[in-house]
Amino acid sequence: MADIILEMKSITKEFPGVKALDDVNLVVERGEIHALIGENGAGKSTLMNVLSGIYPVGSYTGEIYYNGKLCEFKTLKDSEAEGIVIIHQELALIPLLTIGENMFLGNEKKNKYGNIDWDQTYNEAEKHMAQVGLHESAQTLIKDIGTGKQQLVEIAKAFSKNVKLLILDEPTSSLNDEDAKMLLDLLMEFKKDGLTSIIITHKLNEIIYCADKATIIRDGSTIETLVKGVDEFSEDRIIKGMVGRPMDDRYPAREHNVSLEVSLEVKNWTVHHPLYHEKVVDDNISFNVHKGEVVGFSGLQGAGRTELAMSIFGKSYGTDITGELYLNGEKVDLKTPEQAIHHKIAYVTEDRKTNGLILGESIRFNTTLARLDKVCSNGVIDTAAEMKAADDMTAEMGTKTPSIEQKVGNLSGGNQQKALLGKWMFAEPDILILDEPTRGIDVGAKYDICCLINQMVANGKSVIMISSEMPELIGMCDRIYVMNEGELRGELDAKEATQEKIMSYIISADN
Amino acid sequence: MSTKKETQDGAQLNLGAFLTRYSMVIALVVVFILFYFLTGGRLLYAQNMSNLLLQNGYVLVMACGMLLCILTGGNIDLSVGSVICLVGGVAAVLISNQGFNVYLTIIICLLLGLAAGVWQGYWIGYVRIPPFITTLGGMFMFRGFGRLVLNSKTVSVQNAAFLNIFTAYIKIPGLDNDSRILSPLVIGVIVVLFLFYSTISSRAKKAKKGYRQNSALADFGRTILISAVLLFYCYQLTQYKGVSVMLIWVVAICLIYNFITSKTAFGRYFYAVGGNEKATQLSGINTNKVYFIAYANMGLLAGLCGLLCLARVGSVNGSTGTSFEMDAIGSCFIGGASAYGGSGTIPGVIIGALLLGVINMGMSIMGIGDSWQYVVKGGVLLIAVIFDVVSSRKSGTR
Repeated sequence: MADIILEMKSITKEFPGVKALDDVNLVVERGEIHALIGENGAGKSTLMNVLSGIYPVGSYTGEIYYNGKLCEFKTLKDSEAEGIVIIHQELALIPLLTIGENMFLGNEKKNKYGNIDWDQTYNEAEKHMAQVGLHESAQTLIKDIGTGKQQLVEIAKAFSKNVKLLILDEPTSSLNDEDAKMLLDLLMEFKKDGLTSIIITHKLNEIIYCADKATIIRDGSTIETLVKGVDEFSEDRIIKGMVGRPMDDRYPAREHNVSLEVSLEVKNWTVHHPLYHEKVVDDNISFNVHKGEVVGFSGLQGAGRTELAMSIFGKSYGTDITGELYLNGEKVDLKTPEQAIHHKIAYVTEDRKTNGLILGESIRFNTTLARLDKVCSNGVIDTAAEMKAADDMTAEMGTKTPSIEQKVGNLSGGNQQKALLGKWMFAEPDILILDEPTRGIDVGAKYDICCLINQMVANGKSVIMISSEMPELIGMCDRIYVMNEGELRGELDAKEATQEKIMSYIISADN
Repeated sequence: MSTKKETQDGAQLNLGAFLTRYSMVIALVVVFILFYFLTGGRLLYAQNMSNLLLQNGYVLVMACGMLLCILTGGNIDLSVGSVICLVGGVAAVLISNQGFNVYLTIIICLLLGLAAGVWQGYWIGYVRIPPFITTLGGMFMFRGFGRLVLNSKTVSVQNAAFLNIFTAYIKIPGLDNDSRILSPLVIGVIVVLFLFYSTISSRAKKAKKGYRQNSALADFGRTILISAVLLFYCYQLTQYKGVSVMLIWVVAICLIYNFITSKTAFGRYFYAVGGNEKATQLSGINTNKVYFIAYANMGLLAGLCGLLCLARVGSVNGSTGTSFEMDAIGSCFIGGASAYGGSGTIPGVIIGALLLGVINMGMSIMGIGDSWQYVVKGGVLLIAVIFDVVSSRKSGTR
């Protein structure tokens, strides 16, 4: 009988309107490296949050057995007390504190008077740093070491908590290849000492390299667990598991009437990170969109798609943006979102709550915000015209709301998305950029939004659609560009596109 | 907690919603009645009623500007009191010591206030220095300049032309003479007629276009109530000197800023920036400019306040205007402006300023010292903001 350290039984977790996890089972043996894989939004992180007590007992159904014992974690502290430590994708380190301070944050080494014992803090910190092969002074500030070393600090911190089961959420996503390999080697080193790891990653080559088992999650359910040496353990096999859902007609049909006229063309577009100026977010990207065409952008999170779209939309993201932008064959330089809007580009953000809507204000207020001049004369708002505009857009989008005076913050996710779309349709764009337009909304609202896209292109407009859901892109687009790590990796005609093909474009160049 | 925004479903307005919406109006009425009895009715003396608005006129003017700053995200301008000292000082020195033309002086002083605002607005809007720090710096600097101009002395102004522009009482031939003053009542009746006209015409317009209406009871009830208060106040004015020019200045500023914040596109942007700056930026609005204008405008109004204060007090010294900004800030928050920005109205701010004014005046009449006035003011401010935060948390919008 295998020595099972963790067993999660029929875990189901619901968020309002969405079933994030549906009867998920996961079995992890002591001393193995277990990979958890699936597309964005498949439920991997949710599962780990359930395990670590971020979603406390009672907020999900199902049972967790750890070392054969039923666990009911109420907080992160409870799971850490048992030696379960989770390291998140975005590192939770405070840049202006030292490595030592970060390592014992919330868990400070105190002397008998209750003050922090700095000697012991730094001494112990360096002991754990040595365990992970990090040779720095523990008094170095976090901001002064690279991301690779910061990752090591996180792991050293886990050791300081006496970790038995280490969970890493995309540990290598911000590392270069060399640092990534070092980290994986380190994990394999620890395995020999009996540490169990669960690693969440998109990089299949890493799984093949280091994992003993791989559990595939899709749409909130566990599909299968592949065991190295027993099952076929290859990238192709894993991709098949990841995307193997059947396609059905969840997308409204459309006549493909792509005009020969190019409405938007981007040439050699390069964007740098707004804070870390030397970091290239989008590297020398060229693409075009025709009138009456839906063009998709596929890729994983962090591929640079949102950044590309926002940098085109009046340089609302990034610095040192170079390259050329042509609208209907004419070269333009759009310096602000205002100019972009006046050139009839609209960008519908992926993050409607932060970047899209003013949640504390009404549908009416939000609908007209981008083009307030349309309901103004001499700078004075014509309230009647504004109410009519909001009424019209609400009806056109099919937003369900008791009144246009309803605060958008009180609407459901799908209706918020429709309100946001209404805002941008009111701006009458010729080029509509949709960033994850169907994220976190129900099937019906998705269908409505797809119908809207079809209507746009039927009127000769262009739509750029960024989505992490490959079936959606394949179902909706005429052409699909594939991006990864800031580069354009390929271009596919939607007719020949399959999920496997897109996935292989994304992954192939990783090695 | 707005006081004038129409409810869309007036018919279904229940008591709870009514109390929340008009909570500060109710608070003002309660406090007023309380002090009426505590002062043995002296609060309602005509002189006190007249002074209530004149004494707090500068607070109202400042609060209109401060509301714009606060709307952008709970940001405040600490330098207002110092700008008042500087502008008042320059005005006093120019008129009394240099013998400048009065109108030229007024223009120079308003420009000076605007310049102070532009200076701060530039750093806040375009360089993104935190407003608290920028205006704290301004608070010290302008105070220092003000004292330099005054040469650390008290300078008084006796120029009748200057004082008349701000503090004279209107005398309309035929209506007003030494034995009776009728002009306030005439003005009051004209305003009331206009109020009824605009209520009726707005209802007619809505009915014609088929828009949702408030119930007639709600609309006319409010108009009648406001008219009654207005006529009563005008009657009080007839008993004490009549309408001051200062009152007209203050009412004009309040009306202008109410129009800007509720009816214009640019006013709308202040609410948008405070509600969600990132989303506003991505809607093609220059948010830097919004911050800039908020603070530049605050400087201009502070300049006007400097002139109003100088005219009312008749002199200015190095500590004129000290902590005036706090009254303006307090009025905004008491009047329902959100401490996070994005919500607040001019009518609300007026109610807030009047609430503070009634408390001050009531306690003064009762002979209660400054010290206790501060304690009570502070308590009222805190309670108002706690109420705002807790009630908006309950309704789940923030």
